[in-house]
Amino acid sequence: MVGIVSYGAWIPRYRITTEEISRVWGKEDNSVAKGLNVQEKSVPGPDEDTTTLSVEAARQALRRSDRGPDALGAIYIGSESHVYAVKPTATIVAEAIGASPRMTAADFEFACKAGTAAIQSSLGMVSSGMVDTALAIGADTSQGAPGDALEYAASAGAAAFQIGTDDDDIIAEIDHTVSYTTDTPDFWRREGEKYPSHAARFTGEPAYYRHTLNCSNQLLEEAGTEPEDYDYAVFHQPNGKFPVRAAKQLGFSDKQTETGLLAPVIGNTYSGAVLIGLSAILDVARPGSRIFVCGYGSGAGSDAFDLTVTEEMADYRRSSPTVRDLVDDRKEIDYATYAKFRGKIDEGEVTA
Amino acid sequence: MQVPRYWREQSERYKLVGSKCNNCGLRVFPRRSLCPDCRHESQGQMEEVRFEGTGELVTWTRVHEALSDRELETPYLMGIVELDEGPRVTAQIVDLDPEEVEIGMELESRFRKLGEASESGVVHYGYKFGPVVSD
Repeated sequence: MVGIVSYGAWIPRYRITTEEISRVWGKEDNSVAKGLNVQEKSVPGPDEDTTTLSVEAARQALRRSDRGPDALGAIYIGSESHVYAVKPTATIVAEAIGASPRMTAADFEFACKAGTAAIQSSLGMVSSGMVDTALAIGADTSQGAPGDALEYAASAGAAAFQIGTDDDDIIAEIDHTVSYTTDTPDFWRREGEKYPSHAARFTGEPAYYRHTLNCSNQLLEEAGTEPEDYDYAVFHQPNGKFPVRAAKQLGFSDKQTETGLLAPVIGNTYSGAVLIGLSAILDVARPGSRIFVCGYGSGAGSDAFDLTVTEEMADYRRSSPTVRDLVDDRKEIDYATYAKFRGKIDEGEVTA
Repeated sequence: MQVPRYWREQSERYKLVGSKCNNCGLRVFPRRSLCPDCRHESQGQMEEVRFEGTGELVTWTRVHEALSDRELETPYLMGIVELDEGPRVTAQIVDLDPEEVEIGMELESRFRKLGEASESGVVHYGYKFGPVVSD
C-alpha cells in the first residue's frame, strides 16, 4: 500500500477582489471576473515567494506527521514560479525543515501540474523502496500581465504531501494514478520573460478539457469505478468555471466538488491548486471516503489519482490551521498595494 | 551580505537553532560557544537546540525610514519575541497591522524572504514572526 502519510497547506493572507481589478481596467460590469467565477484571489506579501510558501506548507505537514524530517529521503517541488532559474527551491526547503543532507531533492516544472508530477515521482520512489518517505510540494506565486485575463485569477498558495508505504501510517491510500500527456502549446513563458503568454480560448477545449476529461475517464476505466462511487472530487481550477463544467461533463455532482473548489475565493494557485483542494477535502474526509483527483498543466498534461481514506485518519492530528482557516484568515488590499507587493510598479530611482 | 556569511548563519535563520547550556540549563539565541552566565564552566557543555518558533510579543515598533531594500514593505513592524524556551529574538513582525498588534500576543515564526544581495544575487531567507492562524 502506498499513499499519503501527512499533508499541509499554506495560503498568503492578502486578498484582492476581482471587482477591484475590474475597476482599475475599466471593466465596470465586472464581466471578466463573473465569467471566470472568481470573486477574489490570494496575493503574496512582498517577502513571500514559492520557497517561503513551500516551507510553510511542509512545516504544517511535518507538524502533523509521526514521521519527522529524518524519514524524508526525497523532496520534490513543483512550480512554474521557482525563485531561481538555476538553483533548486528544494534544497532551501529541505534545509529549512531539517531534512538535509541525507536525501535527494529536485525542482519540477510542468505549468500547473508540477505538484502532481512530484507526487507521482514520490510514489515511484517509495514503492521501489529507494526512500522511506518522500515530500511532494506544489507551490506557486503566479503572475498575470497587468490587465490580462490571467490577472483576475493568478494567485499564490502551496500544499505539501508526505508520501509513504504501509510501514508508515497512511491516512489516504492512493489506489491508482494515470496520466494523459500531449504537446499542446496553450500557455507558456519563455526564459527571461516576466509574464506568461497564452493562446486565449485555445486554453479551453483542446487543452484543459481534452486532457482533464480524457485523463479522468482513463482513471475511471483503470479503477473500474463510476463517478458516483466517490464522496469527493477535485479538478485543476484555473478559474471557478472550468472545473465545474468538466465535473458536470464527467458526471460528478456539485456536492462532490464543492469542498475542493477554492478558485472562487483564492483564485488559481497553479501548482498548488488541485493539491490545496485535496487538502481541504482531507480536512473533512472520514475513513472510507473515496476521493477523485485530476490535475492539469498547460503544455499539456493531466495526472489523476484515486484515493481511499484509511482508518488511520481517525487518529491523525488534523491540527489547525485547516485550509478553511487559511481561506478565512484574509486581509483585503487595493490594486495599488497589490501592484506594489507584486513588483508591477517600475521603481526606477526610488528615494523613499 | 556575502554568500559565505549568509550560508554560515543558515541554521539560525532558517531553523532558529540556538544553544543550551548543559551546566545551568540556560537557552540562548543565536548559537554561542560559551554560556553567558556560567562562562568557562560551560566549556564543552553547550549543545545545539532547535527552538519551536512559538512565543510572546514583548515589545514592538513601526519603522518608517527603511534600508534601501525594504522600500516595498515600509512602513513595517519590528518586535522582540520571547520564545517559549526563554530566549528573546528581535525580528520583523508580518501579516499584522499596527492596530492589530498587542504586547503579550502569541506569535509564531514564519519563513520569509529577508532580502537579496542584488537583483541577480542570492536571495536571503530567514525567520520573521506572524500571528497564529487558528479557527
